[in-house]
Amino acid sequence: MIKCKTSKEIGGMGHSKKRKEDARFIQGKGNYVDDVKLPGMLYMDIVRSPYAYAKIKSIDATAALAIPGVVAVVTGKDLEKYGLHWMPTLMSDTQMVLPTDTVMYQAQEVAAVIATSRYLARDGKEAVMVDYEPMKPVMDPFKALDEDAPVLRSDQEGKTDNHIWHWEVGDKEKTANVFDNADVVVKQQMHIPRIHVASIETCGCVASYDKVTNHLTMYMTTQAPHAIRTVIALVAGHVGLTEEKIRVISPDIGGGFGGKVPVYPGYVIAIAVSFLTGAPIKWIEDRSENLQADSFARDYHITAEMAGTKDGKIQATRFKVLADHGYTDASANPSKFPTGLFSIGTGSYDYGAAYMEADAVYTNKPPGGVAYRCSFRVTEAVHAIERMTDMFAKKVGKDPAQLRMENFIKKEDFPWASPTGWSYDSGDYHAGLQKAMDAIDYHGLRKEQIEMRAEGKFLGIGISTFTEVVGAGPSQDFDILGIKMFDSAEIRVHPTGKAIARFGTKSQGQGHETTYAQIIAEELGIPMEHIQIEEGDTDTAPYGLGTYASRSTPTAGAAAAMAARKLRDKAKKIAAHLLEVSEQDLEWEPGKFFVKGAPEKSKTIQEIVFAAYTNHPEGMEGGFEATHYYDPPNLTFPSGAYICVVEVDAETCDIKVRRFVAIDDCGNIINPMIVQGQVHGGLTQGIAPAMYEELIYDDSGNILNGTFMDYLVPTAVESPSWETGHTVTPAPHHPIGAKGVGESPTVGAPPAIVNAIVDAVAHLGIKHLEIPVTPFKLFKELQNVGYFKKTT
Amino acid sequence: MIAENFNYDAPTSLDEAIALLHEYGDDAKILAGGHSLIPMMKLRFASPTHLIDINNIPGLSYVKEEDGYLKIGAMTKEVEVEESEIIHAKYQIFMDATKLIADPQVRNFGTLGGNLAHGDAANDHPAVMIALGADVEITGKDGKRTVGIDDFFQGFYTTAVEHGEVLTEIRIPAASGNYGSAYHKAERKVGDYATAGVAAMIQMDDQGRCTKAGIGLTNVSPLPLRASRSEEVLIGSDLSEAVIAQAAQYASEDCSPSEDLRGNVEYKRHLVSVITKRMINKAISRAKK
Amino acid sequence: MTKKITLKINGAEHTMEVEPRMLLIHAIRENASLTGSHIGCDTSSCGACTVLIDGKSAKSCTILAVQAQGKEIATVEGLATAEGLHPIQEGFHLNHALHCGFCTPGLMMRAVELLEKNPNPTEDEIRWGISGNLCRCTGYNNIVSAIQWTSAKMQGKELPSTEPKFV
Repeated sequence: MIKCKTSKEIGGMGHSKKRKEDARFIQGKGNYVDDVKLPGMLYMDIVRSPYAYAKIKSIDATAALAIPGVVAVVTGKDLEKYGLHWMPTLMSDTQMVLPTDTVMYQAQEVAAVIATSRYLARDGKEAVMVDYEPMKPVMDPFKALDEDAPVLRSDQEGKTDNHIWHWEVGDKEKTANVFDNADVVVKQQMHIPRIHVASIETCGCVASYDKVTNHLTMYMTTQAPHAIRTVIALVAGHVGLTEEKIRVISPDIGGGFGGKVPVYPGYVIAIAVSFLTGAPIKWIEDRSENLQADSFARDYHITAEMAGTKDGKIQATRFKVLADHGYTDASANPSKFPTGLFSIGTGSYDYGAAYMEADAVYTNKPPGGVAYRCSFRVTEAVHAIERMTDMFAKKVGKDPAQLRMENFIKKEDFPWASPTGWSYDSGDYHAGLQKAMDAIDYHGLRKEQIEMRAEGKFLGIGISTFTEVVGAGPSQDFDILGIKMFDSAEIRVHPTGKAIARFGTKSQGQGHETTYAQIIAEELGIPMEHIQIEEGDTDTAPYGLGTYASRSTPTAGAAAAMAARKLRDKAKKIAAHLLEVSEQDLEWEPGKFFVKGAPEKSKTIQEIVFAAYTNHPEGMEGGFEATHYYDPPNLTFPSGAYICVVEVDAETCDIKVRRFVAIDDCGNIINPMIVQGQVHGGLTQGIAPAMYEELIYDDSGNILNGTFMDYLVPTAVESPSWETGHTVTPAPHHPIGAKGVGESPTVGAPPAIVNAIVDAVAHLGIKHLEIPVTPFKLFKELQNVGYFKKTT
Repeated sequence: MIAENFNYDAPTSLDEAIALLHEYGDDAKILAGGHSLIPMMKLRFASPTHLIDINNIPGLSYVKEEDGYLKIGAMTKEVEVEESEIIHAKYQIFMDATKLIADPQVRNFGTLGGNLAHGDAANDHPAVMIALGADVEITGKDGKRTVGIDDFFQGFYTTAVEHGEVLTEIRIPAASGNYGSAYHKAERKVGDYATAGVAAMIQMDDQGRCTKAGIGLTNVSPLPLRASRSEEVLIGSDLSEAVIAQAAQYASEDCSPSEDLRGNVEYKRHLVSVITKRMINKAISRAKK
Repeated sequence: MTKKITLKINGAEHTMEVEPRMLLIHAIRENASLTGSHIGCDTSSCGACTVLIDGKSAKSCTILAVQAQGKEIATVEGLATAEGLHPIQEGFHLNHALHCGFCTPGLMMRAVELLEKNPNPTEDEIRWGISGNLCRCTGYNNIVSAIQWTSAKMQGKELPSTEPKFV
């Protein structure tokens, strides 16, 4: 049970308060971007390339423009006149808005059709004739580095190959030395496949430029409205769209998961067209466009190695990564971290030598590399370390749970300096794993596994004990395009003791309207029901870098607590004034200050706030407002212990998750119900890449599964009944001891599932399986080890 | 995703529908449940200039036993089959199959006739109908004609339903004696088309000897496939494990799957073998009840 | 080319002139301005557009507006009455069965029909019963709980706890 300091009425931290935002969603009154309708609005549809790599010989819009209702067809040449045909990516690479001569991936934007209805825009799109001269695309990232590979980014001056950047961390020599002298080394090549966030709402916008006031209002599916406003100003400042004239409104967002951080060409085209025509322009992607053109996630090819002693002590790891970024590096990482926070890949284990390196390449695939429900490449890192830990356990003949227990960083050893440079803030890994093992009856399962194998049935048990790193981040290291990654909160308490608080983050379903109110309720004792939360309007909210990478609670949540504490300090002064005692004589309990030893002499927070407007001490500023920009001293390090049990059909290779227990430690919990909901959702987004989802391309660059008929998002049938729990190890440096949780399950679940499937068939000689592990893939592997006969 | 424009008619009689089909010619398409056709039109893979919606024609929706047949009206929705008492009691194969077709909303509108008339080997009812030995009634300008299921599927999206005709009824020899049937498909996730699917029908005499057998295969050949050698080895046999294994083996040999995202040829043949064995056994156990 | 149709949505008549190709979801969202039902895919895969047509849950992105002429259409906006929320709305709220809310209207409309036909569904029946609706946020656990809670509520049975359960 979580202990709460506040009453249920106040509803501070630890209460499973029902969500405030639900009322509008359950009554069909959410306001998503496609619900925005403005007078005179025109619709935009986008002509996309059928080829992965081709020269554009000509674009003929005659037939499209002949359709009554089609207003304009916009090409790269049109945008070029205004210098708007290129834009920067968040990683300081560049990306075409619309091409002037060459297309670089299938489904790339080629031209935009503007019409009076979305039906006519689609008709217009079909009628635009584009003459292409196809070229042979580079699809294999390994071949992209071949000397005879065509240089894809010939737009970059002096570019002679497809290499983007090299990155490394750790002590290369020391690590090599440990490997050279180790008893046991395990090595595995693995691919963390290209996947898609596939939020159920696609991306879109309504760009509305007012030619009279020179103001742009941009309704947009974005997780980071303030950053987007700045980016728009940087891209379009030269045509007069300076930052004070831009208002970005991020309405209700139908799921983001990292896919709504980048700026996609469609947004820029919509702005450009609205700027030129003065008409509001609506652009809403359809699902195919969303899957085929918007930023992908993952796509890391990792060669992972682990060294250790024959009795099972991990001594070193070495990871080498090839990152396929597609046509441009459109990742959404902090600028100084080209591989994001991949260097968390030494995991939860106590050893001193690690070396990691990565190289990124261009190919003819869609650009991206977004942090899909993951604090920037942590998923890839965790997959590697947790797979290797299992392989190492197998090699030394130890139970994978036992081996983990013996290698965990001990509770008392925090803060712990990792060999790749992190200072882990806190954790209790032993307690988490023990709790998970008890909940699932680990030892009983091991017995059952032996019995089932004797009957020719396959049961597998898989573990993942991961450490996340979230809450980017401390300003000395973390920025995006130079903007420091702090986040903000502004609290205004009205005279009657009710409040509004505004944030630089943006909920996409995380429940900020509830949890932020609970943080403020915790600090100020104002009932959470009386605190309205607002985000997503750059004209009203304080600046912040948005919601992704599990950063909202660690940064904006902390800002809320800090701003509330400023107000509590002020409240104390007012209370002392009202009670005619000195501040030192006052004590706080949630909702009121009282005189020590005389609890009947007290002032409620509501009385104090009223006084701030009606009877504040002389010399004190009136009103009751505070703002805080929180710059975290460190990141936070949530952890988890997950155990998955699978049954594999020995004939069809069907895989069924029988049970899955997830024990998370996200520090202090603001709302257990919401934390659990986040974990449930993240787990289903973990089973997805582990067993179902992958974006697949053929050698010609065609996507083979660009709709929901073939991109297999799990339903309630594939998704098992999740069992969750927690341990609580507060983040010592965080104002409310919270660590962030939204992404842990997505990060931690895939290796637990794969470890379980490998475990189910390990006795047949299987050592590793690539995700997604489908029955078909498993069948082929079981053929390779001779379990199934090869017939051809 | 938006379709090209078309004209729409919703006749209230079969005669009217057939007349319209003749009037509009080859560019007219029949709209039944629409859950295959409309997505294809939205993706602009199909662009008929006329849609003839036959949902308002009365008398095409029923499930009944009559004259030694189970008769299913062509416009009977999947959900109506799922919920039919006769089906529950005697033709469980439809319970197996409908549960695996798309999803509940689609089954509220998708029709049995449409599932067959779409002429897609990936659909599930063709294999079921093959296993059950169905006849299909087709109505045209000159009246009704009946086509055996083995002559019904003629090519990719092509069936015995000629232009100007409407599929009106499916007739299945009524279950009698020790009769059991079963269907299963391997699918990547619920609602997917089959990686491989097998429909089995078994009838036995009281000594357990197989008197009738039907095996139909889903999505492992260009056309829905009858596994004839499998049926032959079953009929007259004692349905021993060895016989069933042989039938499964024949089915896997006689299909001609193609490689796609769902699997390669070997895997699909392997699944056909495993599922054939399982469905025969399931049909037998149902026949014994 | 266009047809004049009247759609009866949540009891109110909406007369409109539409092209035959207009999808029912667009007629509901754009012509009748009821934006609670959403669009999440092109292929009838996601169920965000689910409404009831004569009581049957339907993917309104795969049905033409002209086909719905004269039919009773129910959308999320029609669930609550003057007396208050529909039990399914309460069930979703109390069981934290929604995060971003985008798939929620479709799921609730599907659940309404599911419970109408099967007032006492098992967990397995619920999971298969909502398999035409994708939710990317919740992991489905709490949607199952919400439907179970609503089932109890609609039958006047003892209500399951809506507090989160932890191992």
